[in-house]
Amino acid sequence: MSATGISRRTFLRASAEAAGALTIAFYAGPLAAQEGPAAAPKPLPDPNAFLRIAPDGTVTVVLSHAEMGQGMWTGLVMLLAEELDLDWSKLQVEHAPVAAVYAHPFFGIQMTGGSTSIASEFDRYRQVGALARTLLVQAAAQKWGVPVADCRAVKGEVIAGSRRASYGELAAAAAALPRPATVTLKPRSSWTVIGTPHKRLDSRAKVTGQAGFGMDVHFPGLHTALVARSPYFGGKVKRVDGAPALKVPGVRAVVQVPSGVAVVADNFWAAKLGRAALDVEWDPGDGGAIDTTELARSYRALAGQPGAVKAKAAGDIAAAMKTAAHVVEAEYDLPYLAHAPMEPLNCTVRITAGKCEIWTGTQLQTVDQGTAAEITGLKPEQVEIHTQFLGGGFGRRATPTSDFVREAVQVAKAANLPVKTVWTREDDIHGGYYRPQFFHKVKVGLDAQGAPVAWQHMLVGQSFLIGTPFEGMVKNGVDPTAVEGVFDSAYLADVPNHLVEHHAPRSPVTTLWWRSVGHSHTGFVMETMIDELAKAAGQDPLAYRRVRLAKHARHLGALELATAKAGWGTPPPRGRFRGLAVHESFNSYVAQVAEVSVDAGRIRVHRVVCAIDCGTAVNPAGVAAQLESAVVFGLSAALHGEITFREGRVQQSNFHDYPPLRLHEMPVVEVHIVPSTEKPSGVGEPGVPPIAPAVANAVFAATGKRLRRLPLRLA
Amino acid sequence: MRLRVNGQDHDVDVPEDMPLLWVLRDVLSLTGTKFGCGMAQCGACTVHVGDGPARSCVLPIGAVGDRAVTTIEGLSSGGLHPVQQAWIDEDVVQCGYCQPGQVMAAAALLKAKPRPTDADIDAALSANLCRCGTYQRIRAAVHRAAGQTGGRS
Repeated sequence: MSATGISRRTFLRASAEAAGALTIAFYAGPLAAQEGPAAAPKPLPDPNAFLRIAPDGTVTVVLSHAEMGQGMWTGLVMLLAEELDLDWSKLQVEHAPVAAVYAHPFFGIQMTGGSTSIASEFDRYRQVGALARTLLVQAAAQKWGVPVADCRAVKGEVIAGSRRASYGELAAAAAALPRPATVTLKPRSSWTVIGTPHKRLDSRAKVTGQAGFGMDVHFPGLHTALVARSPYFGGKVKRVDGAPALKVPGVRAVVQVPSGVAVVADNFWAAKLGRAALDVEWDPGDGGAIDTTELARSYRALAGQPGAVKAKAAGDIAAAMKTAAHVVEAEYDLPYLAHAPMEPLNCTVRITAGKCEIWTGTQLQTVDQGTAAEITGLKPEQVEIHTQFLGGGFGRRATPTSDFVREAVQVAKAANLPVKTVWTREDDIHGGYYRPQFFHKVKVGLDAQGAPVAWQHMLVGQSFLIGTPFEGMVKNGVDPTAVEGVFDSAYLADVPNHLVEHHAPRSPVTTLWWRSVGHSHTGFVMETMIDELAKAAGQDPLAYRRVRLAKHARHLGALELATAKAGWGTPPPRGRFRGLAVHESFNSYVAQVAEVSVDAGRIRVHRVVCAIDCGTAVNPAGVAAQLESAVVFGLSAALHGEITFREGRVQQSNFHDYPPLRLHEMPVVEVHIVPSTEKPSGVGEPGVPPIAPAVANAVFAATGKRLRRLPLRLA
Repeated sequence: MRLRVNGQDHDVDVPEDMPLLWVLRDVLSLTGTKFGCGMAQCGACTVHVGDGPARSCVLPIGAVGDRAVTTIEGLSSGGLHPVQQAWIDEDVVQCGYCQPGQVMAAAALLKAKPRPTDADIDAALSANLCRCGTYQRIRAAVHRAAGQTGGRS
């Protein structure tokens, strides 16, 4: 049992090959992407796990990935529908239960993340559709005594000449047929669904209030709990008196759990009043002294020492730096960030004899299942998870420690009641699992033509893998989620002498992947530094990047499309200034041009032109929506986002002091997709990294000031 | 205490300071109205009280009085409200958690101003947060709905 709580043994028991598979996936997406064609052919999926056809013709598609806004409720269905022509009016979609058959094809456990849902399911959901079509057509051919070649599956029916039968009429016979060992997928030239914009299938439920989020779970006898947690990271309950809470009408129980003290009540309001009435004294532990200013100072000091880990090294960096024509040096500060999904964390648990039922929005079912099994003493298969719509995830609902599910199971067990444990917004903002604070120190030597000949890059920031079940992703001491975007940067590939180092200081502050993970800070540093180098070389930022990326066709493709659409090289509207960035993440390539004005020190973003190369764009409408979303998510952090500490306490608490972007700040966002026949790659996250540097570079164009800390502030 | 919600009267036995949001969600099981912040910062809990929008997370039930409450479940008695239809047509939603509040705020705006300008939309809807960043489509959907509702309000 590690400090983070999860037992490695349990995790491994719950998911046999998890660690190895995860190593491939999160870290080196490229390996995962190459896996398809290179690997030995896998057996075809069991269509019954992913598709049900009712006698009335209703087709239910079962999703192995959770819908958290990113559009899997639509995208995965499109993959299946490409092979099995559906009557969309008879379509139903649902989240899968937790079971081995739904394991992520790249990662080996059931989960949603890493911008991999479409990429990883591209073959499987098409195969399910093709299998079903093959069997339905065979069933019809047998029924009518006609050749299979005379039968076509069209919009929920199999048709042969004047005969027709619905999928529902044929389903029972089709299910009894032997399954073929292989199926032939439609060639790209015959696609009618993939690549065609499709509107979302969950819209109606979501605009009428009928969509079921974890927060909305209710059944007779269900109680609501709020947990009083230490205001200090690593703090513990020193003394608690639950009596004042128990006097609040509606409060049923006060129970202690490892994370704090839970007040269990008939409803949220009673639980909230009860929690406020609790008399708790905390032992702050190691977290009582955490201070943001001090942390930045210590990170800066650490950066002056040789890195604990060489993430990448080539050539003689010191000698190359001495002979460089120019040397550019810069330091960057990036804050802790909260995910702050709109739906506060929550998890409903009902433990009965031989069964533990969980209702929640989660990105990590297999790990949650193993955690609940460990706490309840049940077998993993006795733990059922009813995945609900996620009111935003952004990584927060994928904790390797299963923090919010773990706590909810502990509360339900201690209270011996069915309980929905709910977090308030304050609990969420104070609750950790932040994007780690980072410090970068970068020194680049240029030759007389302005080309980098030496690049020295030091990163200081916590690892959220070390000490968790995901530690297997750390290779040779390098935490890829900390240095991705630097050590694998296209810019470094051609720099003969380079050195990337990382210090991973330990802290009681819990940290986690946050939409685009390491790229959320490395994209900012790399793309603002490249702008500085262009300036030092006396070159246009686009022209400079073109030369640096000459051998990187997909970077260039995105760059050329975005800049052409943005009118780079033409005068911007009066009072506005342009900035540019291009960054690869999750095997996709995104370029953005931001158009910005600065008025009395206030940065205003008016327009953002995006271009993405994500390989085959399965749902172009979904790709556009995700890029718009990524721009807003990234701008929220670039302009406003910051979690700070004083005397061990988080200084922000709710949306008034941790403000996401609001409607009146929304720029016009245009999205252009680079045509591609490559396999699909990431979409949900790759739009985030370029926006902060594009805006910072535009601010430089406007003011001549280089902003090297986030959030961007001119004062 | 008597409360009129979506055209129906309910007798609820709750303290007067209990916010309307929790009466709707935990007592009446009307879960379409969402909890996001608890301090009128995000608008996820927006309902109509009387004719106007209200943040139900900070509105004590004792302050509702005899004003009728309308939630997302009761916005349209027959089929979709034009705002809901416009939201679908503009493919607005992503995670969807904030959208009932956005729809209620937009419907209240259009009732008061059938042909809102961008500035009107900013003023009325900037109090409603969307972490997925659907703002561009929200603006388009309000204009679309205004085109449809303009003649009837």
